[in-house]
Amino acid sequence: MSLLDIILVGIGAFILFNFIMGSVLVLILAERKVLGRLQQRLGPMRTGPWGSLQTVADAVKLLVKEDLRPQGSDVFIFYLAPLMLFVPGFLIWAALPFTRDLVLSNLGLGLLYIVAVSTLSIVGMVMAGWASNNKYSLLGSARSAAQLVSYEIPLVVTVLAVGLLAQSLNLVEIVERQVPVPYILIQPLGFLLFLIAALAETGRIPFDIPQAESEIVGGPFVEYSGIRWGIFFLAEYAAAGAMAFLGALLFLGGWSGPFSDSPLWLFLKATALVLLFFLIRAPLPRLRVDQLMAFAWKVAIPLSFLNLLLIASALFYGWPQWLLGAVNWLVLVAVVAAFSWRRERRLARLRGRYAA
Amino acid sequence: MNLGTLVFLALTGVTLAGGIGVVATRNVVYGAFFLLVALVGVAGIFILLLAEFLALVQVLIYGGAVTIVLLFAVMLTQTPEQRRVQDNPQRPLAVVAALVSLFLFSLAALTTPWKVHDDGAGPAVSFQELGIALFRDWGLPFEIASLVLLVALVGAVVIARAREEP
Repeated sequence: MSLLDIILVGIGAFILFNFIMGSVLVLILAERKVLGRLQQRLGPMRTGPWGSLQTVADAVKLLVKEDLRPQGSDVFIFYLAPLMLFVPGFLIWAALPFTRDLVLSNLGLGLLYIVAVSTLSIVGMVMAGWASNNKYSLLGSARSAAQLVSYEIPLVVTVLAVGLLAQSLNLVEIVERQVPVPYILIQPLGFLLFLIAALAETGRIPFDIPQAESEIVGGPFVEYSGIRWGIFFLAEYAAAGAMAFLGALLFLGGWSGPFSDSPLWLFLKATALVLLFFLIRAPLPRLRVDQLMAFAWKVAIPLSFLNLLLIASALFYGWPQWLLGAVNWLVLVAVVAAFSWRRERRLARLRGRYAA
Repeated sequence: MNLGTLVFLALTGVTLAGGIGVVATRNVVYGAFFLLVALVGVAGIFILLLAEFLALVQVLIYGGAVTIVLLFAVMLTQTPEQRRVQDNPQRPLAVVAALVSLFLFSLAALTTPWKVHDDGAGPAVSFQELGIALFRDWGLPFEIASLVLLVALVGAVVIARAREEP
């Protein structure tokens, strides 16, 4: 590796970093506007035309706010924690390809790299919660560690199932294997599990239990103020954006699309996934802690292993793709039907109890 | 001295500093964070040796899962009156265990005929070969190891439950 290579990588990383920061600003504004519309409000309207400069104003406000540190907190770890969350959130992006050639680092084991790096952010959460010397922070970080460790398993297993089907862990190759049929049609069960696990990993509603404002006033970040709090916020949105891109690459066929292959398709697909995240957020309440853990260990993990088993047996016995797809759809329909049957039965029982 | 040696020295320094931090610090939570530094340093050395797969698994398992479980246990079990306990009568045993494992590991490392690629083109053992060795050639030992872990897991749940519901 020559000096020129290092400089080129540095320039690429700088451009990517600015792209992510820009998209995070847009994401936050988009979320507030879309959420407002879904709840019959207007969202931010005052700053700039239709409130379009609201996030810029918020960022400036955070930058000039006083930087507070609670008494009795652990100085070193308190200041290190935001970075421990921020750095992995951005390292994920280094391995995400935008087209066949436009990628900062085309790793042979790209998928494993993304999974490995994203687990490091849990340490940041725990550090923040412990160093703040606050009961709510500690509770929040304990909740977040339990949630992230639990949902990591279905996430890793569904992502590895994609790698197994593509016979590669390289993201460019995985996208190229999806040229006639994107993987969402072959393994819809895997996509659903990935979506749920991605929502839980990024701590978005209905999985925002670590931050539950009405129970533990904001979780690990209670004691942070000003730009340090802003860094947590940025890292969260950068991770959510990375998950949307990863979903678009793994299940929706990435940059391939009708007419011509272009990064525009990838952006469209990732935007669709982000909008889906917003849509899921708008009408749903927060889960309880026990419901969340029960769902992870009793539903999501067994189903993700079933998905992996299906794909492995399809490869072993040489099933054609349409057969694997058909079986996977059948399992998905059976799971959804079982869930709605159970809900109906439970509702009927509750109604019976209230009528009596 | 070329770039590789410099990077190796830096990584070794980080790993050793983390390891010394683990045993030298008075604070158990700090010890866990120092352990993370040491483990990630080892992952860096794996990357330097072109063993990408091992490096990523090291970060995934040790950096993510093991450190978190350790921190969890420390945070949930540590009470103010227990915080002073930093020593116990097993100290000589720990010294013996450390020396014996150092001897065995260096013996294994020095006597094994390593497969080496001098051209630096890629890892001597690709992760495909690793997977085939693990799941095909050594499938039975792998299954036995996972069974042992499962038994330990179930046992832990049983012990925790027994205290919860007398």
